[in-house]
Amino acid sequence: MMAYIARRILYAIPILIGVNLLTFALFFVVNKPDDMARVHLGVKHVTPQAIEKWKTERGYDKPLVFNSSADGAAQFTDTIFFRKSVSLFVFDFGRSDDGRDIGLDIRERMWPSLAIALPVLLIGLLTNITFALLMAFFRATYIDVWGVVLCVVLMSISGLFYIIGGQYLISKLLHIVPVSGYDTGLQAFKFILLPVVIGVVSGIGAGSRWYRTIFLEEIGKDYVRTARAKGLSELRVLFYHVLKNAMIPILTGVVVVLPLLFMGSLIMESFFGIPGLGSYTIDAINAQDFAVVRAMVFLGSVLYIIGLMLTDISYTLVDPRVRLG
Amino acid sequence: MDFLPVVLPTDGLIFLLLVTVMVFAVYVRGKEHLRAPWREVKRSRMAAAALVVLLTYALIGLLDSLHFRLPLADNGAAKMEAGTETEYSTEVLSLLDVMAAPLRARVEKTYSAPFSAYLFARETEQRADGTEVRVFPRLKYGGRHLQDPENERAADILVASARAVAISLLIWLGVCAALAGLLARRERVSFSTMLRRILRGETETPWRVVLLTFFIILVVAVWAAVLSLKYHILGTDKVGQDVFYQALKSIRTGLVIGTLTTLVMLPFAVLLGIMAGYFRGVADDIIQYVYTTLSSIPGVLLIAAAILSLQVYITNHPEQFDTLAERADLRLLFLCVILGITSWTGLCRLLRGETLKLREMEYIQAAQAFGVGHSKIIRRHILPNVMHIVLISVVLDFSGLVLAEAVLSYVGVGVDPSTHSWGNMINGARLEMARDPMVWWSLCAAFVFMFTLVLAANLFSDVVRDAFDPRLRKQ
Repeated sequence: MMAYIARRILYAIPILIGVNLLTFALFFVVNKPDDMARVHLGVKHVTPQAIEKWKTERGYDKPLVFNSSADGAAQFTDTIFFRKSVSLFVFDFGRSDDGRDIGLDIRERMWPSLAIALPVLLIGLLTNITFALLMAFFRATYIDVWGVVLCVVLMSISGLFYIIGGQYLISKLLHIVPVSGYDTGLQAFKFILLPVVIGVVSGIGAGSRWYRTIFLEEIGKDYVRTARAKGLSELRVLFYHVLKNAMIPILTGVVVVLPLLFMGSLIMESFFGIPGLGSYTIDAINAQDFAVVRAMVFLGSVLYIIGLMLTDISYTLVDPRVRLG
Repeated sequence: MDFLPVVLPTDGLIFLLLVTVMVFAVYVRGKEHLRAPWREVKRSRMAAAALVVLLTYALIGLLDSLHFRLPLADNGAAKMEAGTETEYSTEVLSLLDVMAAPLRARVEKTYSAPFSAYLFARETEQRADGTEVRVFPRLKYGGRHLQDPENERAADILVASARAVAISLLIWLGVCAALAGLLARRERVSFSTMLRRILRGETETPWRVVLLTFFIILVVAVWAAVLSLKYHILGTDKVGQDVFYQALKSIRTGLVIGTLTTLVMLPFAVLLGIMAGYFRGVADDIIQYVYTTLSSIPGVLLIAAAILSLQVYITNHPEQFDTLAERADLRLLFLCVILGITSWTGLCRLLRGETLKLREMEYIQAAQAFGVGHSKIIRRHILPNVMHIVLISVVLDFSGLVLAEAVLSYVGVGVDPSTHSWGNMINGARLEMARDPMVWWSLCAAFVFMFTLVLAANLFSDVVRDAFDPRLRKQ
């Protein structure tokens, strides 16, 4: 097991290098730091001095990959590539374009993100499985058919509509919870409630339908027929045998997104004014803060790769047939 | 009339896509095993209804893709700006623009509610006796023909609606008769027998459902056409533009994103996926590495990064783009490419897996033993056997991409702000949420148009998947 994990970590390194090179190319080769400075300072009426000053303040004044004016190792280390991209490997995110410490921001902002994303995932999972089991239990009846149609209808509604509609209905018309904002501690509950409900509801359509397919696939298998032949009740077959086996594909889908929960949801957080990483990213995109976007791209990839690793490990835990070596 | 045709890059690709679909259709016609699943799709009532809706959207999108520039003389001297040497206006119009010219031209001052004859905001107006009052001023165009909007409006709308329904009923009856006549001749039965079969839903293709859906669309279309000449049926937005016109224009953007993204990514996904599975070894390692790397970056962030870079490029190289439309179109195309890059990995992985399975099949081993070349094996034996996966994923992706556009525009990395799109409509209207009473019509229009398209696409793709997926077919 340990050897497997070590090997997976080694596999992850070339992928992270690829991600790093890609973002480096996007942010520094396609567009020179001069261009970035010009975008920030305004395209017209900008002096070369102002551009130089902007670049020096943020450390973009160095050569891209090779510094011919330095000596020895500094030829490679005193460059934008080394300072801005290689440093990401040790999670040194540096400073954002407006001078804030990105690492500190991330550590502070991931908790509100998690406070929304985790309940959405768990409650969503529970509701989706419940609905899917119901449809599977009543399969090939009108309940099932209309359930699927309802799922497709729910799926076809834009996520933005759920948020805007939910905010309007619950906060503006009924005044149950505040429209947006955030607080620490127990006070946060009333701010978290609405985003969580909306997150769960918007996921019901796609989730239930997907799980229903998984359940139906399991129900068609031989062991289910055997269980029925033994004389087990349909409920027992469904809950005891089918649910247990269907958990394997469901788990795979869930575990892979677990680490990404820290990243939060872009739209949800910015609509509800939650100071998480999602709204952090959106703000950075709107302010064209390339340093933050670069950091988030890298962080997202790392978390995704961790998610893949966790998935493989979780396989061994739920499915004894799978052995990692 | 004299005009200068303009083919924007996305137009070109749309027509390429159209040709591809036609070639594919002709190819399928000749192959019985390919026709069988399509016949199943054709028999489905759900698919028939969804297809009618999708075709309506496609028609509007296509009309909006025929671009040209009108001569300046026609547009009036006002458009003559300094520096325009050509005799053509710099404004790129589409056929839809010309057809909906009244909608485009009738711009109010600011917000107005659907069917309203008044502006949404109060303004100070001077009376004849010199006193000033705060009133809702009358609109310049919406409901202009009414003397006393409060009392006449409901009756006027009712009469116009009744006329619209009557017109569409006439057209519909004509179409029904024509269809029944055509089918009767083809199947060599009498006209009345055919009509009875259609009405009872006894035809193999569910013509009854097709006609019913067509009737609903026809009524809505005629009603909208008749009433939008008198009122702003979906209101106006902040700068007074007709929301119905915007929603119509957004259809093309939605369709372009949903289809061109797939068209752009398909060659890579298919070629690389099959190559990885077929050749294995080093090729497989490299291709797997590429798609794992790409898929490990969260999609929205990669898109954001790429679009930000493009924005910087456009800002710094304004000289490369002649017209605003060209710049907006380039951004739309680029968005499709980026979306394609983030979404090809899933299909590629599926194809690799399927090819790995296929290459161990006896017929492929036999072909290899006979010394058939690799490219021929891939073309003749592997490609046709993975086509169902490609088709299913293309159809399934469509609706997701249409929905993604709205989200991306909200994040600020979607289409150009000057492009009409549902995302931009929602984004613009979102800022007015806090207004009281709320400005709801832009939001609702965008959501309803988007919902109809996505729902139709989802229903259609479900039927296609059920018909083509061999795993589902067995059950």
